[in-house]
Order: sequence, then C-alpha cells, then structure tokens
Amino acid sequence: MAREEISTGNELCSMAAIDAGARFFSGYPITPSSEVMHVASDLLPEVGGKFIQMEDEIAGICAALGASMTGVKSYTATSGPGISLKAEQIGLGFIAEIPLVIVNVMRGGPSTGLPTRVSQADIGQAQYPTHGDFASITLCAGSLTECYTQTVRAFNLAEKYMTPVFILLDETIGHMHGKALIPDLAEVEASIVNRATFDGAPADYKPYDVPMNKPAVLNPMFKGYKYHITGLHHGHEGFPTEDAVQCEFNIERLVGKINTVAKENDGLDDLPDYEEYLLDDAEVCIIAYGSIGLGAYEAVNKLREQGIKAGMFRPILLWPSPAKRIAEIGAKFKDKIFITELNMGQYSKEIERIIKRDDFTTLLKANGRPIAPSEMVAKVKEMM
Amino acid sequence: MAFNYDKFLRVNKMPTLWCWGCGDGVILKATIRAIEKMGWDMNTEVCVVSGIGCSGRFSSYIDCNTVHTTHGRTIAYATGIKLANPKINVIVVAGDGDGLAIGGNHTIHGCRRNINLNFILINNFIYGLTNSQISPTTPQGMWCVSAQNGNIDPTFNVANLAIGAGASFVARESMIDPKKLEKVLVKGFEHKGFSFIEVLSNCHINLGRKNKMANAMENLNWIDSITVPKKKWDELPPEEQMNKLATGVLREVEQPEYTDMYEEVIKAAQGKRGKITQDDFAKKI
Repeated sequence: MAREEISTGNELCSMAAIDAGARFFSGYPITPSSEVMHVASDLLPEVGGKFIQMEDEIAGICAALGASMTGVKSYTATSGPGISLKAEQIGLGFIAEIPLVIVNVMRGGPSTGLPTRVSQADIGQAQYPTHGDFASITLCAGSLTECYTQTVRAFNLAEKYMTPVFILLDETIGHMHGKALIPDLAEVEASIVNRATFDGAPADYKPYDVPMNKPAVLNPMFKGYKYHITGLHHGHEGFPTEDAVQCEFNIERLVGKINTVAKENDGLDDLPDYEEYLLDDAEVCIIAYGSIGLGAYEAVNKLREQGIKAGMFRPILLWPSPAKRIAEIGAKFKDKIFITELNMGQYSKEIERIIKRDDFTTLLKANGRPIAPSEMVAKVKEMM
Repeated sequence: MAFNYDKFLRVNKMPTLWCWGCGDGVILKATIRAIEKMGWDMNTEVCVVSGIGCSGRFSSYIDCNTVHTTHGRTIAYATGIKLANPKINVIVVAGDGDGLAIGGNHTIHGCRRNINLNFILINNFIYGLTNSQISPTTPQGMWCVSAQNGNIDPTFNVANLAIGAGASFVARESMIDPKKLEKVLVKGFEHKGFSFIEVLSNCHINLGRKNKMANAMENLNWIDSITVPKKKWDELPPEEQMNKLATGVLREVEQPEYTDMYEEVIKAAQGKRGKITQDDFAKKI
C-alpha cells in the first residue's frame, strides 16, 4: 500500500526521518538543505521529539551525535560546506560507532561555490568525509519517492551497522515539488531496525567486545549500563588504549563491518542497491544517479525511439558501491558504457576501478546546471 | 568517617594520567563530593562529558555514563545529551584551551541558551597536555613554547564573558581550597540553568617551569596572589581590579531554562497551548 504526498524532496526526507523513528534533529541553516530543518522544527515536537538550531555546523552535528549516544535516533542536514565543517565529528561517529543520519543536499563547490545550484560533487566527500580509515555508507535518492524511502533505509542501516550514514540529495531533487507515492506508515514501522542491546548483567557489559566485522553494541544510557565513549582508540570496555593489536583490530573491524560484509552479502540489506531500466536487451548502458537519473530515463526512451537500444543503470547505494553488478555490466557492455554525472568524474573513477578499464564515454558537468536528456542522446549517438 | 571516593570512581583506571601535583585531581575529588551531596544516582541520573586536553581525561575516571568528545565541542555534545534527556544531570568539563579557544563559540551559546548544564572550566592558563602553548588565559609576558620571545596575546576575563553571554549562574574558585570549591560546585549543580564554574588550577610542569613557579606550591601561591573574594574585589580601585580575579559566586539569577522552554514548544506543537509569543517572555529583546 502507498500514500500520496505532494511535497518537495527535502520535506519528504524529514518526514521520512520522523516516520523512521528519529526523535532528535540538530543542525545549522544552509542552502539548499534548510527545508529539511524547517520540517524537523515543525514536526518533531508534535511527536515529543526535540529540535534545535545550533550556533554553527560543527555544533549542529555534535548535538545530534550526543543525543544518539544516549539512544535517541537522530539526524542532521547540511550541504557540502557543512560536511567539511562537520568532518571531525563524523570521525568520532565512525570510531565510537554512533548511529546518525547525515543528509547532504548537494550544491556546487568547492568552498562557497554555487550555493543555489545543483551538483553531485560531494559523492567523493561522502566516501571519505574525514581523516583516518573507516568505511562509509552512502545512499543517493533519485526521485521524490526515494527521498522518503532511502531516508528510512538510512536510519535502518545506521542502527544495524552502528555508524553515521549519508543520504545524498542534490539541489534539483531536494527542491523538486511534486507528487510522491510513499509507503504507508504501518509498512515503514514494520521495517524499522533498532540498534542491538545487551541485556545481561551490567558488570558483564563490554560495548566494544564484538567479533571481527560486527558492530559495537551500545546500550541506551542511564539505564544502569555505565560505559565510556571516546574518539580515542579504545578496548572492549570503551576506555582509551594504544595497544597495537587492539588498534589494528579496531580499524579492520570498522572497515570490515561495512565493506567486507557488503561484499560477502552483495549489499548491506535486502533492498535494491541500484535500479535498472530497459537494460536487459540494451546495446548501450547509461550510468547515472540522483536527479541526473531522471533525465536518463528520458534519454533512454528517446534513443529507443531513434532505434538505439539504450538502457540505464542507476546506483542507489553509492558507497560501498554495488561492485558485483558493475563488473557484470562492464563485461557485458564493453566500451558501450556512458556515464553522466554532475562533477568531474567522481563516480566514473569508481566504475574504472571496478571494471579495470577506461574505455567508457562520459558526459560531465560542473557548472551548476543539470544535464538535459537531449545532451545525453547526442553524446550516445556520437559513441555508437 | 572517611569519604568513600571509590564508590564514584573507576578504581581500575587509577592512578590518573595527570602529573604529580596537578590540580585536576583535587577538582575531580571536589566534583565527586558535590555529586554525593546532590544525592544523584550514578547509574541512571548523571552524565559526564569532557573534551580534549588534560581535562579530557576527567570523564574516564568517574563511574557513570561518560563521553570523551572532540576538542572544544563538549558543550555542543552535552546540549544534545541534555535536550534529549532533560532529567539527566550533565556535568561538562573543559580546559581553557578547549572551552575558550577552539570551543569559545559553544561556550558563548551554551551560556546564552541557559540550558541546564554544569560547566566546569578548568583554567590552568596554558595548554598543558601539548607541552606549553599559549591559551586565551596565559598572562602576557609569560614564556611558552609557542611564544618563544614572550607572550604578547592579551587575556580576557572568562567569567565576564559568561555573564555577558547570559549564563544564569557564574562562579569562580581555585582548587587551593577544596571545601570552598565543593560548596560552589554544589551551588552550581543545584542551580537550574547554565552554571558556568571557572576553577583556577595549576600547571607547574608546563606553565610554571619556565615562569618561575616550577613546583606546585609556587604555582598555587601565584594563583592565591591573583585571586580575591568578590566582596573585596568590588572595593578595589580599578587599577588593582585589573590584576585580580574575583572569586565566589559572581552571578546567580533565575532565568527560563532551555529544556523547560522546549516543553512549551512541545505543548504548542501538540495543541495543548497556543503558539509561543513574545508575551511568554519577560525579556523582549
């Protein structure tokens, strides 16, 4: 069953967060993400949740991490410059294993860049948002519906893997206004994942005493389980350590709990990590994501009208990337792969890494303007 | 009967990593005694948050839910913890570098919001952990590793900043008299609103060594020489006030507390009261 909502991507994102169980938002205003905050300010207190506009981007994520540490599902929203400022705290989220959903509505960069215009140039930043070794989970919404569904998924992944999770919108999707079919609340609630807890004797509780590739088990605070959270390397009980064996284990586990698990299970959950459109009988594969994916549907249709069998591959889980399927596409389509994105080739590099070739064609744009289906059609015709 | 600190400490983390003669241990003990006076349940009612620096280790020694955050961000993390859990008593510990330099913005806005945090600012006039760089409170003319020809950076009156930013409880004590310190901590803990408690402490290792106070006693004597109780300070001529720090409770007023105000936001959002307007506040601008 589904409901209809007439809204924007940013607003649907915040609605989804609350439906997914978020009860805390803190952030700082920044174009083009601010509407995520506006809706949080309106809807969170209705359900007894808390909203606070903090004094800067850094505080915006600190307060959300603080709330999440105590056991309250939390989120923050920003754009590229805000992620740059939040970088150090995101690292604390990684090493201390604090679930948090970070919404990035992408605009042009670097620096202040193009604040009101569309870009997809933060996908590299989402993969490596801070110093040190870790693995990032990043989802990218490609429609209004996905602004809702992928936000719900982001919360579930954050709780399952005990880590910050990025949900990327781009300015076009974030500000797009239209009708979205979204799942019924009962369906959303049935899908909710809550972080695992330890229910043995408090004296036996060791939050970080978990096997390789498993997430920490952080109980809600103030319920008798007293423990320490730190951004330093820590042992099983959460207290600082410089023990070489422990530190190596920590980092291998932080990376492995996401990258190794995704590789072994072909993904992080049961939901689709990508969408394919008319790809089965296609002779050329267009790879696009986010709002550019919307233009790519039309390009596929137009190309087919003109006798070129085009299809599309649209990744939704950007990091860790659906490498197995991308490798299959690389083998099947050879040099008939066309990648189009709103940056200087950040995802193209990932494709190149996976298929170990660079004989694909790209259409890249980084001037704050979208890529029109007609531009894609012209470029594909050139390569055929 | 001797006070049982062990009940409140993570005994297996002892001895502390602090230098021999460091004031932080005295402040830790005074804090524990104040917690005991408050009667708070360490299992379910207390959270200690610290940042980076010598004071950052504070949280790991107290046996409750504790958070060791990043440099300067203690109050921002604590604001999230407190707003999400208004019934929890949150103690925030930061140093002068942590709370006033890199974290100055959060200190200002914690004071302004008047959220019920107990902020203990340990002011030892130096970056101790990183080996003696100047902090915003290092006196001019002192020698530090990052001021090899003598420090020219002016200091500022930290408590005045807190008062200016709107903290409803502001106090200053040194760790020289732990009983006095304990009393002022209890007052701060009892106060509903942002309690800003500056505690002057020694760092004879990294401040004193090159500034003629190479042992703890010399450093403490210097702190003693620059402090004077508020009542006496008020009577000093301005040229003497400039070189003395007033101790005791410097401000104590009742002001609406942030998490209480947020309860009104929830009521308004749930239709249990009208929208919040200017009429709800005595202070209009």
